[in-house]
Amino acid sequence: MIEFGHFLAFIGFSLSALLTYVGLKGDRRLAGFLAIAAFLVLFVSFLTIVRAFLISDFSVALVTNNSHTMKPFIYKFAGTWGNHEGSMALWCLVMAGFGAAGAYWLRTGREVFEARTLGVQGLLTTGALAYLLFASSPFTRLDNPPLQGGDLNPLLQDPALAAHPPMLYLGYVGYSFVFALAAAGLIEGRIDQIWARTARRWAMAAFVPLTLGIALGSYWAYYELGWGGWWFWDPVENASLMPWLVGAALLHSVIVTEKRGSFRAWTTLLAVMAFCFSILGAFLVRSGLLTSVHAFAVDPLRGSLLLGGLLFYGGLALALFAARAPSLKGGPEHLLISREGALMGNNLVIFVATLTVLLGTMFPLIAEAAGEVMSVGEPYFNLTFTPIMAIALAVLPIVQAWSWGRADVSSLWKWGAAFLLIVGVFALFGVGPMNIPLLSGVGFGLGVWLIGGAIYELARRAKLPRRVFKLPKRVWGMTLAHAGLGVFVLGAVGETSLRSHTTLALEVGQSTEVAGWAFTLEDVDPIEGPNWYADKATLTATRGGVEALLQPEKRIYPAARMPTTETAIHKTGLSDLYVAIGDRRTVEGAPRWTFEVFVNPMIDLIYWGVLLIGIGGILSMFPGRGKSG
Amino acid sequence: MRARTKRLYAVGFAAILVASAAVLASVALRRHADLFYTPALLAERGMPEQGQRVRIGGFVETGSLTYGDGAELYFIIEDGSGESVRVTYTGIVPDLFREGEGVVATGAFGENPEVFEASEILAKHDETYQPRELRDLEAPDAGT
Repeated sequence: MIEFGHFLAFIGFSLSALLTYVGLKGDRRLAGFLAIAAFLVLFVSFLTIVRAFLISDFSVALVTNNSHTMKPFIYKFAGTWGNHEGSMALWCLVMAGFGAAGAYWLRTGREVFEARTLGVQGLLTTGALAYLLFASSPFTRLDNPPLQGGDLNPLLQDPALAAHPPMLYLGYVGYSFVFALAAAGLIEGRIDQIWARTARRWAMAAFVPLTLGIALGSYWAYYELGWGGWWFWDPVENASLMPWLVGAALLHSVIVTEKRGSFRAWTTLLAVMAFCFSILGAFLVRSGLLTSVHAFAVDPLRGSLLLGGLLFYGGLALALFAARAPSLKGGPEHLLISREGALMGNNLVIFVATLTVLLGTMFPLIAEAAGEVMSVGEPYFNLTFTPIMAIALAVLPIVQAWSWGRADVSSLWKWGAAFLLIVGVFALFGVGPMNIPLLSGVGFGLGVWLIGGAIYELARRAKLPRRVFKLPKRVWGMTLAHAGLGVFVLGAVGETSLRSHTTLALEVGQSTEVAGWAFTLEDVDPIEGPNWYADKATLTATRGGVEALLQPEKRIYPAARMPTTETAIHKTGLSDLYVAIGDRRTVEGAPRWTFEVFVNPMIDLIYWGVLLIGIGGILSMFPGRGKSG
Repeated sequence: MRARTKRLYAVGFAAILVASAAVLASVALRRHADLFYTPALLAERGMPEQGQRVRIGGFVETGSLTYGDGAELYFIIEDGSGESVRVTYTGIVPDLFREGEGVVATGAFGENPEVFEASEILAKHDETYQPRELRDLEAPDAGT
C-alpha cells in the first residue's frame, strides 16, 4: 500500500508542476481542475501513511521509528504527523488543500488572476513535494522489518499535541495561499481593493488556525512539561510567533488597502513575508541550529534545503515586488492623524516587535559564528518585545476611533485622562492594598483599558443600544478580537506576576504548607497503562475547607526509553493549583519524593483571551452587507 | 500638511521607534544573553560577575551528587579537563539527570564564588538528544 501512496505522491507532484504551468498561463478552468485533482491524489497518498500507522506496518521505516503496537489508537493516528517526514506530508497536503479550496472558493470575477494564484500555489506545492519526496520521504520501506517499533516520542502522546500540528499547519501553510495571491496580483500589476478584499479573507483563514494552534501548543507545554509556565520564549515558540505577528500586521494593513486603496506596496510585502516567516519557522524548528526544549527530528541537511527554499521563493517574490512596487501608488490623501495613520503606526510597532523577536531568536547563531556560545532567554524578550507591544496596546483604544482621511483629535485629552485614570487606579490599588509590583498593576490596568476600549468602540459605532446587534459582523469581530487581547493581557500579567512556586520533598505520610494550602503526600503507587508504567502520587491539599485531590504521575515509556511528567491540576475559579512530580531521592535510607507546586492565578484568562481573538477572526470573515467575493 | 511634511513625520516616527527598539535590544542582549561556559572555559576566562546569569555545561561527576534536607541537591560539573564547578540547585531535576551524564545548568554565582547557584537544569531529554552545547564534549567515563 505504501508504494501506492508513494506513487500517488509522484502523481500529485506532476499535477502540481502542471498546475504551475497551466495556472501561470491563465487557464482558470483547467487550473482549478488540476488543483482539486492534486489535492485528492495527495489526500489518498496521505491516507496510505495513516493506514501504515494504524495497522503498525513495521516494514515502513517511518512507522518503525515512531510507532508501537501497544500505543493507543488515537496516537497511532496522530502519530502520523508526530515526526518530521509525516508532518512534512501533512504540510504538503494542507498546501494542496488550500489550492483546492482556492479553486473552489476564489471568485473575484478575474479569471486570469485566479488562475495565476492557483499557478503560484502549484509552484509552492511542487517545491514542498520535491522536498518531501527527495529529502524526507515517509514512504521508505525496510528490508528487514522488526517486530516492534520504537514508539512515538511520549511527550507527543497527548490530545492537545495530536491537534496542535494540523491546526498550526493550517496557519503556516495558509499563508502560502496569501503569498500566491500577492504574487499573482504583482504579476498582473493589479493590487487593488478587490484584491485586498480577497486577500483579507484568506489571510484571516490562515490567522485564526495559527492563533489556535499556538495556543494549543502553549497549553500542551503548560501541563505536559511540568515547568508551570505557558510561554518560554523558546526558538520553536518564537518561530510560530513571528508569522503570527506578521499576519496580524497584514490583517490591519490590508484593511487600509481594501477600504481606501492605500498601503498597497506594504500590504503586498507583508503578504509575501508572512509565508517567508512560516518557512523560516520550519527551518528553525527542523534544522536543529538552535537549542530548543521542543527540538525533535533535527537534521542540518534538511534545514539547509528549507533555507534554500526560503531564499528561492522569497527572492522570487521580492524580485517581482521590486519590479512592480513603483506602480503601486497610494490611494486618497490622508493626514497622519487618521485611521490610515493609526494603522500605519500599528504596523510599524508590530513589525519592529517582530524584528526584536527575530533578533533574540537568531542572536545565538550570530554569536556562534563569532565563536561564542550563548542563549537568549525570557529576560531579553521582557525588556524588548513586551514594552514595545505595551505601547501599541495602550494607544489601540484611542486610535481605533479615528476616522479615515483626517481624525478629530479635539477629545484626545479626554482619552489620555481616561487612560491615566484606569491605569493609575490599578497601579495604585496594586501597589497599595494588593501589594504587587507597580508594573503588574499597570499591566492589569492595560488589560481593563483594552476591554473597555473595545466595548466603547462597539457602543460608539452602534450609537443606539438596540442597534448593537445590527452592526456588521466585521465590527463584532474586531470588538471580540481587541477585547480578547485585553483578556489575554489580564491573564498573562496575572499569571506571570502573581504566580507562586515551591519545591517540596516529602516522604509518604508527611505534610507541609505551601501558599496557604496544607499538603499531605498520601501515597505513591505503581500503575500501568497501555504502553507505559508509572508512579502515581496521591496528594491532598486543603485550604479553608476546600479539599483538592492531586494525582501527578511520572510515566516511563519503555519502548521509547523515556520518562514523562503528567501534572495534576486543580482548578479554583480562573486559577490553577498545579503539581508536578519529580525525582525519587533516597536520603538516609528513607525514600523521598520531590514535587513542584505552582499556584497559577488567572491562567485561564490567557486561553479565553486567545479563544476570543479566534472567534473574532472567524466573525470578521463574513461578508458585510451587499458584498461578496 | 503637505505630503512632504507628512512623510517626514512618518519617517521620523518610524526612526524613533526603530532607534528605541535597537537601544532596548542592545541593552537587553548585553545584559541578558547568557554566555555558555564549560569548567575549563571558566578557568581560562575567569569568573563572570556575581549575579550575572550564565550557563555551565559538562558532566555530573560520578559520586558527587548529594541531597539536602528539603529539595536541595548538590553536585559537581566537570568536563574531563580537570577543572570542575560546584553546583547547588533546589527543585526537581529532569528524568535523565544522572551521575556521569551531560548537564547544562543555568544560574549565577552568588556570594560564595565557589558555588554556582542554578535555577534551571537541562539534561538530555531522551536517549538520543543531547543539549546542543554538549555535542562537542566527550563523556569522561561513560562512552554514551
